[in-house]
Amino acid sequence: MSKKITSVVVFSKEEFAEDVVIGLEVHCQLTNLRTKLFCGCSSEYRGEQPNTHLCPICLGMPGSLPVANRKSVDDAMMVALALKSEIAERSLFFRKNYYYPDMPKNFQITQYDQAGGIPIASGGEVSIQVNHENKQIRIRRIQLEEDPAKLVHLGSIDTSPYTLVDYNRAGIALLEIITEPDLKSSKEARVFLQKLRSILEHLGVSDGKLEGAMRCDANISIKKGNRVEIKNISSFKEVEKALNFEIARQRAMNSRGLKVEMETRHWDDVKRVTISLRTKEAEHDYRYFPEPDLVPVEISKEKIAKISQIIPELPDARLDRFVKLYKIPSYDAGVLTSDKAMADFFEECIKLYPDAKTISNWMMTDLLRWLHEKDIEIKEAKVTPQHLVEMIKLIDDGTISGKIAKSVLPEILNTGKTPSEIVTEKGLLRIASRKDIELLADRVLIENPKAVQDAAVDEKAIHYLIGQLMKLTKGKADPQLANQIIKEKLKKQSKSN
Amino acid sequence: MKSSYNLSAKEIVTKISRGESSAEECLSSFFERIDEVESRVHAFITLDRDAALQRAKEIDGKVKRKERLGKLVGVPVAIKDNLCTRDVRTTCSSKMLENFLPPYNAHVVEQLLKEDAIILGKTNMDEFAMGSSTESSYFGTTKNPWNLAYVPGGSSGGSAAAVSARESSIALGSDTGGSVRCPASFCSTVGLKPTYGLVSRFGLIAYANSLEQIGPLARSVDDLALLFEVISGYDQRDSTSIRASTQNYSEFLREDVDGLKIGVPEEFFGEGVDERIVKIVWKGIDCLEKLGASYSEFSLSTVKYALPAYYLIATSEASSNLARYDGLRYGYSSEVGSDDWSTTFSNNRKKGFGAEVRRRILLGTFALSAGYYDQYYLKSLQVRTKIRLEFEKAFKKFDVLAGPTMPILPFKIGEKIDDLLALYMCDILTVLANLVGCPAISIPCGFVDSLPIGMQIMGPMLGESVLFRTAYTFEKCSKFTDYSPKL
Repeated sequence: MSKKITSVVVFSKEEFAEDVVIGLEVHCQLTNLRTKLFCGCSSEYRGEQPNTHLCPICLGMPGSLPVANRKSVDDAMMVALALKSEIAERSLFFRKNYYYPDMPKNFQITQYDQAGGIPIASGGEVSIQVNHENKQIRIRRIQLEEDPAKLVHLGSIDTSPYTLVDYNRAGIALLEIITEPDLKSSKEARVFLQKLRSILEHLGVSDGKLEGAMRCDANISIKKGNRVEIKNISSFKEVEKALNFEIARQRAMNSRGLKVEMETRHWDDVKRVTISLRTKEAEHDYRYFPEPDLVPVEISKEKIAKISQIIPELPDARLDRFVKLYKIPSYDAGVLTSDKAMADFFEECIKLYPDAKTISNWMMTDLLRWLHEKDIEIKEAKVTPQHLVEMIKLIDDGTISGKIAKSVLPEILNTGKTPSEIVTEKGLLRIASRKDIELLADRVLIENPKAVQDAAVDEKAIHYLIGQLMKLTKGKADPQLANQIIKEKLKKQSKSN
Repeated sequence: MKSSYNLSAKEIVTKISRGESSAEECLSSFFERIDEVESRVHAFITLDRDAALQRAKEIDGKVKRKERLGKLVGVPVAIKDNLCTRDVRTTCSSKMLENFLPPYNAHVVEQLLKEDAIILGKTNMDEFAMGSSTESSYFGTTKNPWNLAYVPGGSSGGSAAAVSARESSIALGSDTGGSVRCPASFCSTVGLKPTYGLVSRFGLIAYANSLEQIGPLARSVDDLALLFEVISGYDQRDSTSIRASTQNYSEFLREDVDGLKIGVPEEFFGEGVDERIVKIVWKGIDCLEKLGASYSEFSLSTVKYALPAYYLIATSEASSNLARYDGLRYGYSSEVGSDDWSTTFSNNRKKGFGAEVRRRILLGTFALSAGYYDQYYLKSLQVRTKIRLEFEKAFKKFDVLAGPTMPILPFKIGEKIDDLLALYMCDILTVLANLVGCPAISIPCGFVDSLPIGMQIMGPMLGESVLFRTAYTFEKCSKFTDYSPKL
């Protein structure tokens, strides 16, 4: 018990800690592109055999030259506009030089904001809601770059006997979004990432739910101490865990009077710890310089105007619309719009069943709880808007009770069967015939003579008997009718006595 | 009758398309010549006899069936070994790529094949095109056909020697800081460094991307223009490729320099330029004046900054370009051991690269390093802009600029190998066109002690036509391109 209390204390402390400073570098794959950033290889590499989506260009073979995917620039512009960033009229690709087997050329084509470099967009902000308070997270810059290959280890990087390289991912278009150090807790980091993901999904440029499509590095310092960079955080579910570990590690160091080193650490998602990769002295000198094989990216004002016209409704606007149009609480609208699939599901339901409040209630409670428990996204669950609406209609027309519905929903989610199928198969139809209930009530009264006796003086005994009747019918009896019949029968018995 | 190997490319095209000679006969003549002189000249790293013969037969079939024939039908071409040829090893004269088989053809190779040329093989060069003598090749030095004790120049020494020795009709080289023009000058052939972006670099193994262009080498301006027509033009696979309309460069070959304004920068004849070369090149300019051109001397004050700027930019880009050679996916790989990644790739690079390549990688790595970037790399870019602006200004006044291609005569093999600074200084007049991006041609201009001298004519961006016209007129008058080495 005491252990539990301690953990609560630690949690609440982190939540409001003013001395924690976090900045994120988020790498989002532009999953709507069909090809890689600089060559014609298919970008749909997931589930494919390793090293099958390759060509001389993404392998960096001698003599090959990159050619920038034009649609990637459109995508980057959409994101920049959505995040209120300023788009550069002329931006440059730079080479970031380092020797590592995940880079076939031993340099990465990216963008840069120093040494004369100009990223595709700078500035901007994302508003997030944490503990019912609004907060702006500033964006430092947005840049286009190529994804490195994937290094595959057996288990933990620490103990794997080998490193395998899969170049299928090498050259996939990435958008790197770098925040200012405006985040104060691991929870804020998660909420920010969720919001960012929802924005990208609404724009249709990146499906953050695909494995590895949204990864991030985090910079974190405590009490104005040294900044530590955590690399290899492969999803935003991991961010909270990695940051919590790191905050705890740095606090422990501080409390023991040890100095936190400025270093780069690796998040080991198998061991669930951060491991030191290199200290400041050993930091890479990336020798950035302009990529001579690519021409500058030129973006005209007309082009920006054209792209701004095709920006769809974004999560913030959608939230407002949900509140105004459907009259649901702002908090609920925020939760629903934090995931495009969830918001789409909600609106699909409303098309079939106009009572938004009821839909929202079911989604906010039972549906969300089940998704959280299973740790899956609504897209992965087998439920459709038709399912949920059909279930609600079954309650409305009295076919099942609300209580039964709560047990029907997980069945739908697990199996994908329709509510009527489940109700029929499991015999969950409500018992609403007076005659049926009367017969069952007689049985309950006979089997519980003591309770019947007590009922005359104790209200609780009556409820007990009603409970027994519901139990006997596995909850299918119409509760009002059950209540009424038990009471009538008790009255009759006491008269005849 | 002249042996086929003595014919010009134009003559070969005419003969074959008229059915006066077969491509196979013509090719055999070249192979006889190769058998006769190659062991002394060593222009080639790889000869692809079977494939060439096969191609010749295919072309003869085309002639027989009266199909449409390409602009270079049956013409044997030698290709510098840094241009990718599908399934034919492409070494860059390096141990690192000794057994590298590219899975694709360079754009220029595709163009040659499309126009029915026959590829003889791959020519020797300085390792990764880093040098001016072909002495840094892993496969041994090419000899200058005019005197076998002398270097042919570089880095495209094999291509120039092959053309000069009549082992090949025409050839392709690449020019990063003079690598086409230097050997053209040393071997008395014509060589062009085109306007940056006119020839696709797709398939050219990079040394310094922002400076280099693939360039043609030939025995006459006529053949040079023909080859250039075939290799130039827009290619979407090279982002720096210019969307210029394709030109029929042969049309510009007129004997006419009437009213041509030639600028002669003092600096091209200044300190460090051999007096004998000064004399001969001035004679060439005088000759052009007699033919109707006019000239005036002026000063290009930024020339003195060009060489350091060039070497810093070139080596910086090279240090990054050559990073990919780690022996992991292709190329030289030392014994596979249980060593970690850093040790493994370091070993591969240490053993796979020659001394000059390692030196330039180190130099470039240093120039790009934190704390030095501003004072070396960025400063060099600023110098480059200054030079470019000064050239733009000069080309408002003059149609072309003229001077020597090389400040020194061809030197003996081994003579300068330990004097790096002297070797680097050789490039002082050629690097300008690469920094500016403008076209420059080297044309035979005479001899000193039986060693060839070249005159360089530079033109404004996309000014190839005026270069061809000037060079053609000079050639017809001077007749230096008619000379051939005695082998």
